[in-house]
Amino acid sequence: MPALLHISIFFIVSMWYGFACAAGQYDYVDINNPSLKKVPIAIPFFKPVTGSASESEISRNGANMLSDALAFTSYFNILDRGAFLADAQKADPASPLFKAWTTVGAELLVTGAAAVNGNQLELDLRLFDTFNERQLLGRKYTGNVSDLRSMILRFCNEIMGLLTGSTGLFGSKIAFISSGSGSKEVYICDFDGHNAVQITRNRSINLTPALSSDGKWVAYTSYAKGKPELFIENVMDKRVTVVDKKGMGISPGWLPGKFELGATLTFSGDPEIYLLTGNGKIINRLTNSPGIDISPAFSPDGKRMAFVSRRGGTPQVYIQDMNSGSATRITFHGNNNTQPEWSPKGDKIVYTTLEKGGFFNICVIGADGQGLVQLTHAQGDNESPTWSPDGSLIAFSSTREGGSRIYVMTVYGADQRKLVSMPGTQSEPRWSPGVTN
Amino acid sequence: MKKLRVLLAMLVVPGLMLTASCAKKVVKPEAAVSKADTTAQRVVTPPPAPVDNSAQEAALAARQKFQAEDVYFAFDSAVLNATAQSVLKDKAAWLKANTAANIVIEGNCDERGTVAYNLALGERRAASAKAFLTNMGVAPARMATISYGKEKPVDPGHNEQAWAKNRRDHFVIK
Repeated sequence: MPALLHISIFFIVSMWYGFACAAGQYDYVDINNPSLKKVPIAIPFFKPVTGSASESEISRNGANMLSDALAFTSYFNILDRGAFLADAQKADPASPLFKAWTTVGAELLVTGAAAVNGNQLELDLRLFDTFNERQLLGRKYTGNVSDLRSMILRFCNEIMGLLTGSTGLFGSKIAFISSGSGSKEVYICDFDGHNAVQITRNRSINLTPALSSDGKWVAYTSYAKGKPELFIENVMDKRVTVVDKKGMGISPGWLPGKFELGATLTFSGDPEIYLLTGNGKIINRLTNSPGIDISPAFSPDGKRMAFVSRRGGTPQVYIQDMNSGSATRITFHGNNNTQPEWSPKGDKIVYTTLEKGGFFNICVIGADGQGLVQLTHAQGDNESPTWSPDGSLIAFSSTREGGSRIYVMTVYGADQRKLVSMPGTQSEPRWSPGVTN
Repeated sequence: MKKLRVLLAMLVVPGLMLTASCAKKVVKPEAAVSKADTTAQRVVTPPPAPVDNSAQEAALAARQKFQAEDVYFAFDSAVLNATAQSVLKDKAAWLKANTAANIVIEGNCDERGTVAYNLALGERRAASAKAFLTNMGVAPARMATISYGKEKPVDPGHNEQAWAKNRRDHFVIK
């Protein structure tokens, strides 16, 4: 978790330059609008303060990183630098010539200034509304030169918080399974597929990884000790707790913001969902019905649990109230609906359905069972949907190009693209869950 | 690659020389099921027992048959149909005749459906066979179960023919 470590080295030297304004006050980006018009934004190369070679390099790399990160959200149209009229590398980053940017179509502008002293980097980043000619955001970050990506992503998080009211995408992690080493092992990568790190190395079969909200713990099912058992691993120090009960331990799902998780254990002879501490101790049993009950997914406020049950004869998604224990079936379309995951706002459930044609596809439905929408169509099998913690994107696995790979799309099914390029097959992406404040 | 092949040959050839039926055990299921049947459960007919009068050979053949014959299921089902039950009756008879043998019943699924669900379904399939054998008088303590979900297909194909072969309980003598 390098990003977490680096937070301590950063000093936000200057806070607001312009108007102080509440997050989400600007309606530049309405993430609830499915026919969203992408906001045109200009991100020129930053200004190298002394003009040194290392500053010039950081000015280009940093601007490119910022462009890639914002483009990843699907909310922005990153304008081609070739069309720019102003030379931002020579201008004052604090007072851009707004007319030069509105002329090329930019509604937003990011300027930056990079000063390098030895290994120390001071990065000044600003966001402007070019039409209203005012600065929306200004931050100064200092740290090691190697912290550039962390600084850029922190600024992107601020931008998204300001424009959409939702933060948390750029610091988020995705756990997934890759077979590239010859066996199915757990990996964790950044929100955009970068920096994939192999977590397990047991050369056994490892499945269904789930990250805790703070990204510090990953729970998964492993055959490392012979049978499929629930493993809970500390990502940093690799400490592993094995829930070594009779039968299996499968389909873990963390409670948002807590060191507690749900998982299916079969020691009673029947697969039932239990609530466990992060140390693998059973707190209580959550389901009590003969047959398959799996895949607990908790609402952001922790008050409800979506899960899969076969109690009605086919696998369907149910929602259970954590206080009363009463469960309501929410999927009625199709005979095989599994893998529910909550939206971070808590209003929707994304899940995998088996279509009549024999293919698996991804659907979204209201937590009240209303408003069913299918997001993937006619492109192989699409499974394991998982919501980004800011609510803007859904990652999933697909066999559209042959072997299973991980893709990402907007919550409306737009801009579907591959997330990671690695050897072997990749499957079962799971974003760390968002937390309701 | 070449090294691997040599190594494999060194391991496999002596094995073949020792037990002729050993190789058949591996090959037979694919060959027998390669017809165009679709969803039905199926039973792989065991290789004909080697013509040999020795009781030891017959016992070995019965043991091989026990491990070679899988029990097959319909999609998203852990229900034992008539064919599956008849195969299990043979297995119960063998287990009662060989009381020293303990077994593992491995539940498997086809590749369709999600990972966790297939883990659960595979366990249900293994449990179905265990319950049936228990009812036939086999001590449950002699039978362990494990689910491999969709992780251990015998046929890696992406069609109903392959899927039908993969929806199975496999029996291993410990």
